[in-house]
Amino acid sequence: MIRVVLPFHLRNLARVNEEVLLDAGTPATLESVLDTLERSYPALRGTIRDHATQQRRPFVRFFACKEDLSHEPPGFELPSAVATGAEPLFIIGAMAGG
Amino acid sequence: MSSVRVLAGTKKGAFILTSDGKREQWKVSSPHFAGWEMYHVKGSPVDPDRIYAPQSSSWFGQIIQRSNDGGKTWSIPGGEKIPEPGEFPPGEANKFIYEGEVHTHKWYDGTQHPWEFKRVWHLEPSLTDPDFVYAGVEDAGLFKTTDGGKSWKELPGLRSAKGSLWQPGAGGMCLHTIIVDPTNPRRIFVAISAAGAFRTDDAGETWQPINRGLKSAYEIPDPDAQVGHCVHRMAMHPSRPSVLFMQKHWDVMRSDNAGDMWHEVSGNLPTDFGFPIDVHAHEPETIYVVPITSDSEHFPPEGKLRVYRSRTGGNEWEALTKGLPQQDCYVNVLRDAMAVDTLDSCGIYFGTTGGQVYVSADSGDSWKPIVRDLPAVLSVEVQTLP
Repeated sequence: MIRVVLPFHLRNLARVNEEVLLDAGTPATLESVLDTLERSYPALRGTIRDHATQQRRPFVRFFACKEDLSHEPPGFELPSAVATGAEPLFIIGAMAGG
Repeated sequence: MSSVRVLAGTKKGAFILTSDGKREQWKVSSPHFAGWEMYHVKGSPVDPDRIYAPQSSSWFGQIIQRSNDGGKTWSIPGGEKIPEPGEFPPGEANKFIYEGEVHTHKWYDGTQHPWEFKRVWHLEPSLTDPDFVYAGVEDAGLFKTTDGGKSWKELPGLRSAKGSLWQPGAGGMCLHTIIVDPTNPRRIFVAISAAGAFRTDDAGETWQPINRGLKSAYEIPDPDAQVGHCVHRMAMHPSRPSVLFMQKHWDVMRSDNAGDMWHEVSGNLPTDFGFPIDVHAHEPETIYVVPITSDSEHFPPEGKLRVYRSRTGGNEWEALTKGLPQQDCYVNVLRDAMAVDTLDSCGIYFGTTGGQVYVSADSGDSWKPIVRDLPAVLSVEVQTLP
């Protein structure tokens, strides 16, 4: 199972605690994880990826294993540590200064 | 005894303010949707416990929320649970997709730019059906739901009304005013920032600009252009649906023929720049504005917060100051942040960017703050409850 850590506002929308567990198939990709996440928690549709374009929202980031995966393509295969559940995939609201 | 429920949308959440009909003692809720921008919160006229709220953020986009119990609990229509096979598809409540080919409008640099959905600015629930709501959005467009917010469909005819010439102003190209004629639901008026006012007489199939008489000498190259005027707000009294009032970027305007022609009624206002305008619940010729110094200085003249009232449908204005700060006040009052209740002694409400929500229980003669320290107030609506 893949562990996904959601940011505060999306946890509230999905009504979940910090971490959710997902079976995103094999191999697990960014796209398969997000598809599974949105199927499991419909309230999140449109919040991470734009409804019309399915592109990542500009101020959303994907981190895992101390790497920024935000700019990887949808089919990017997640690191094995994430696929096995040893490490979580973090979905982050980007820092905004000011 | 009657009571009132004020729905205040702010930069960091929504607040529900309640009082009995005296409007002296108020209860302020804790924040709903804390941390989110709440451009508008509005209840259904036919079912006041049905309230719609668009929450938005720069990070996570647009979410539609609905309450069926007067704001005690909320849920995303259709997004509450994983559907069974054959059930309504989940997660459509937040989906605002422009119909057909995505056309272009004028961009800041004069080039053409495709329409891109950003957020809902204003929700207008139907006067007869609690599941039917219009939504005004940025980039300017009009959507409707007929299933209580589960899904939204655009009325694309509006963007055919010279949409390629519309150009966003500094605040974005937003559709912020929706007024449905209570005697003829096929007639709808909308206003779009930096595009102008528009009317449909066939329930949204076709639209025409209704901007004749507006003059924007310093804002657009042709001051009499058919579109391009920066309308800040329009208002109508339900008993006289052909009489419209408008606070434009500069100028307070009036139309006596459903927008076919406008004339200026700024009269003796200290400045005719401002954002909100509203009409007394029982006196169709009594209107309210909040003059703001200028488009360069978004605060009241002389640091004095004054609502101006005209009992003559414009031109002759009196300053209403009792209970409002008359020195060192530099807040703004935004376009959707004024409302009136329908109690016998009409209540007037407005919110400020400084976080105050003020009430007058005597048609504006005197004011007092309901609450002083909310986040910046974006919208104020009021429900008069039996």
